[in-house]
Amino acid sequence: MITITVVDREGQEHQLEAPTDMNMNMMELCKAYELPVEGTCGGMAMCASCHMYILSDHDLPEASTDEEDMLDQAFFVESNSRLGCQIHLTDNLDGLKVRLAEVGE
Amino acid sequence: MIETDILIIGAGPCGLFTVFEAGLLKLRCHLIDALPQAGGQLTEIYPKKPIYDIPGFPEVLAGDLIEDLMKQAAPFKPGFTLGERAEEIEKTDDDQFIVTTDMGTKHKAPVIAIAGGLGCFEPRKPPVPNLSDYERKGVEYIIKDPNFYKNKRVVISGGGDSALDWAIYLAEGVAAEVSLVHRRSTFRGHLDSVQKVIDMSNEGKITLLTDAEVVGIEGDGKVEGVVVKTDAGETVKACDHWVPLFGLTPKLGPIAEWGLNLSKNAIDVDTFDYSTNVPGIYAIGDINNYPGKLKLILCGFHEATLMVQSAFKRIYPDKNLVLKYTTVNGVSGF
Repeated sequence: MITITVVDREGQEHQLEAPTDMNMNMMELCKAYELPVEGTCGGMAMCASCHMYILSDHDLPEASTDEEDMLDQAFFVESNSRLGCQIHLTDNLDGLKVRLAEVGE
Repeated sequence: MIETDILIIGAGPCGLFTVFEAGLLKLRCHLIDALPQAGGQLTEIYPKKPIYDIPGFPEVLAGDLIEDLMKQAAPFKPGFTLGERAEEIEKTDDDQFIVTTDMGTKHKAPVIAIAGGLGCFEPRKPPVPNLSDYERKGVEYIIKDPNFYKNKRVVISGGGDSALDWAIYLAEGVAAEVSLVHRRSTFRGHLDSVQKVIDMSNEGKITLLTDAEVVGIEGDGKVEGVVVKTDAGETVKACDHWVPLFGLTPKLGPIAEWGLNLSKNAIDVDTFDYSTNVPGIYAIGDINNYPGKLKLILCGFHEATLMVQSAFKRIYPDKNLVLKYTTVNGVSGF
């Protein structure tokens, strides 16, 4: 189990306990805790509806070309933008802190 | 007026499989979908992605699954109203429903099965202040008739194929001036389109603004310019039209106004038969919600199968329904 902090769009912080042995990603974790993340495409880096910002300085694997391409369809993209579905929960992500990105209309 | 037994809103995997299950009970189906082709998300968003959790298929491409579902439904001759959005529903005196699309096409059926997935696909709107004030006054999310832009100054935003293709098309003698604004310096479109845009930019036919974003609109009652933000700061690009092409996103849309109980952006159903609070209207697949709901294609198939049993009893209250196994009886179409 690792602990992850998610800041929602109202600025409220949520501490989430996350298993690392279930092949879960951040999008799925947020949905499991009923945080407002759509995950329209089911985690295939195809819809950008799980856009979030990485606030802590964890060493994440580089974004794939698919992920970079799909971030083009997101708005408010910053240098720390990632798609939650592409962040796989592993032990070295203990203490990760992310903020959910605003959604367009 | 199109008449059928079960009117299915949404021609995704769940809607298509409903045709098959209904067909086994000799019920006819007609499908309405806002997209111009059947298949829903599978054909629109991820046709080339493999799916691993369809029983009996260790791996199947989304596009192939839809093709096979179409084949499976074919003996039961489903009707299709594609490229039209189900807009309004009304109850008739003979306890049926009439559903009208945004194009005015009317459909009548005693049973409505909403298999709308996450809703209708609509253009993704960028979060720019006062955007809605400029809609149809210089801001368009879809290019319908390119001649609309004849001799106009057009700014297109986006990095995908539609943005690239339209920039090229409009820059070839249609628009007076074409600018393409993109967040990054690389594009996700087809390589030859990307090369073509770069060539046209070098020839001065397209103004290419990369690592840039439109963050504002200027104009008195209509678009007169857009504010383009880059690392160097903000500049105003004078134009008559701004066309943001950021792909499609599903919205629940008009169905939300049909008097159905909703929660979590989905339609509440009774898991006995996936009926909604309105007798005769059912909801199956990703669009419904019940305790323990999982948004999986295979769960939608199960819901469709149980739903048509209940639909049969509504349509033929006096007939006895006996479950027939296709392994014994085969499949006989209409």
